[in-house]
Amino acid sequence: MNHLIIEVDNLKKDFYVGDVTVRALKGVNIQIRKGEFVAIMGASGSGKSTMLNILGCLDKPTSGSYKLDGISISELNKNELAELRNHKLGFVFQSYNLLSRTSALENVELPLFYNSSVNSRERKERAIAALEAVGLADRMHHMPNQLSGGQQQRVAIARSLVNDPVVILADEATGNLDTRTSFEILELFQRLNTDEGKTIVFVTHEPDIARLTSRNIIFRDGLVIKELLVNEKVLASDLLKSLPIGDHEN
Amino acid sequence: MNYINLIKIAKNALMRNKFRAFLTMLGIIIGVASVIAMLAIGQGSKKSIQDQMSSMGSNLIFIMPGSQQRGGVMMGNSGSQTLKMADVEAIRQQCSDIIAVSPEVRSSGQAVFGNLNWPTSLYGGNTLYLGIKKFEVESGRLFTDREIASLAKVCLIGKTVVENIFPKGADPIGQTIRFKEIPMKIIGVLSEKGQNSFGQDQDDILIAPYTTVQRRFLAIDFITGIYTSAISEDKTEEAITQLTNVMRKQHKISKPTDDDFRVMSQSELVKTFTSISDILTTLLGAIAGIALLVGGIGIMNIMYVSVTERTREIGLRMSIGGKGRDILMQFLIESTMLSVSGGVIGILLGYLVSAIIGSLMGWPVVIMTQSVVLSFLVCSAIGIFFGWYPAKKAASLNPIDALRYE
Repeated sequence: MNHLIIEVDNLKKDFYVGDVTVRALKGVNIQIRKGEFVAIMGASGSGKSTMLNILGCLDKPTSGSYKLDGISISELNKNELAELRNHKLGFVFQSYNLLSRTSALENVELPLFYNSSVNSRERKERAIAALEAVGLADRMHHMPNQLSGGQQQRVAIARSLVNDPVVILADEATGNLDTRTSFEILELFQRLNTDEGKTIVFVTHEPDIARLTSRNIIFRDGLVIKELLVNEKVLASDLLKSLPIGDHEN
Repeated sequence: MNYINLIKIAKNALMRNKFRAFLTMLGIIIGVASVIAMLAIGQGSKKSIQDQMSSMGSNLIFIMPGSQQRGGVMMGNSGSQTLKMADVEAIRQQCSDIIAVSPEVRSSGQAVFGNLNWPTSLYGGNTLYLGIKKFEVESGRLFTDREIASLAKVCLIGKTVVENIFPKGADPIGQTIRFKEIPMKIIGVLSEKGQNSFGQDQDDILIAPYTTVQRRFLAIDFITGIYTSAISEDKTEEAITQLTNVMRKQHKISKPTDDDFRVMSQSELVKTFTSISDILTTLLGAIAGIALLVGGIGIMNIMYVSVTERTREIGLRMSIGGKGRDILMQFLIESTMLSVSGGVIGILLGYLVSAIIGSLMGWPVVIMTQSVVLSFLVCSAIGIFFGWYPAKKAASLNPIDALRYE
């Protein structure tokens, strides 16, 4: 369990807006090991989203190194980055980003369409397995507009699982959901983390969510200002029980 | 990335929004169909003019009386009495490029049989007249030289006249009708010719020996026209020259401006009408071109808009591992599928519309392969290009920007 999945060393990222240089990241060091459930926290403008984009191989650092599962991404070109995303990463977005008018099953299958080593039968089997893992096997033929927000996010989580990534990157994944549904999603993430050993990086600005993870990395002004281990592990399922009854969906 | 997967992705994307796909195709369908149908109508009218002209005999040359001077006073063309039987005789003897010549005299009046009557025209000619004007005897017989000489009261009858004055199923041959109060025995029925290019019914006719028409009906000694056949269509020019020379000699005319007759050929008329219908075709082609342009702009718009509104989808696909070229190929396949199927439907619709117009309006339609190929290629090219171009822009976006696109 000591295998390093994410290794960020003195990473800097500058943006150029006209003549002005914005230093979004000013030398960040992060290490995330296999099986960790890490929350990246910070106010808006703290650089946490920029960090997530770089971690997700959607953007490249200006300087410094980033190794994902031992692969240094600064030497890769656009197509190789795309392949890396396809094989090693799973994304969960705040706004779900499901394809409309497309069944849950097909949405989950999508990443595998871009992997030519997976045939159509295997693609379907893996998508069904991923939907089972998020508890939506009975909804696989539903369209996104026939699903609640929480269910849509579960489909998105299934999509992030289907390629068996080394890390799942969640960007404010509960930002559009009510408290109860948020805890339900977190319960799912916790289960994936503890039962299946999935490594998860969860970007959030809500402390309530952050305390459900195992470690918090706090950003401010482009730097990691604090890292703290969550000693007392809180279970989302316990929090759910404490919520008043009657406002749940489904 | 394998292409089977890309084709599946593209197909799924199209099926996801059938209405949008249909709207995109509609531009192509209308563009292609309208070009095909319009050019088919233009081409059809041209062909029908040519067909009808040649059915009248493409080697036909005819002489009409021209204006005439009497003591310095110009007389009009109508009522000219310049053409005589002597001219016909001279042409028969002297023009080597003319194989047949016949006088023509014409009288209009009411044909009566029993209690039915019908206004028609009686044409007089010699025994070659039918051959020159491409009439055929369907049943019965033609009049003879002897009947011409004896001013016999016999005639051939056209289908329209038969239908209007004879009861259904009756055989007109051997019956006697009256035309301008003079009884005429019907000796033959003409085969149907239909309308000529002026919309004139060529079956509304009676044909009799010219002598009969000249003397018995009109009491004149001149003729109203001379109809001739050149040896072949190629010899028309030479034949016209010969005819003109013979006529000038007959009428003792030295200057061409003094001509009291006009020589006209069918092929000249054909040329005139063909050039008119060429203008028509060009006009329709221009309208069709505008339709194609408008269709093309429609395709551009909907393609551009649909790719732009799918920027987030593009961002998502890239974030889960789609490469720029996968995205581009997907959109290229989509727009090709749309354009090609739209083009094919457009071609079918073009044929259908042409056929419907053809049968409803009674217009002839000729579908030109060039118009089919051209409109299909133009529309497909526009469709594919405007599917590809915005997709290329989107595929070169940073995945994050594409994902955040509103």
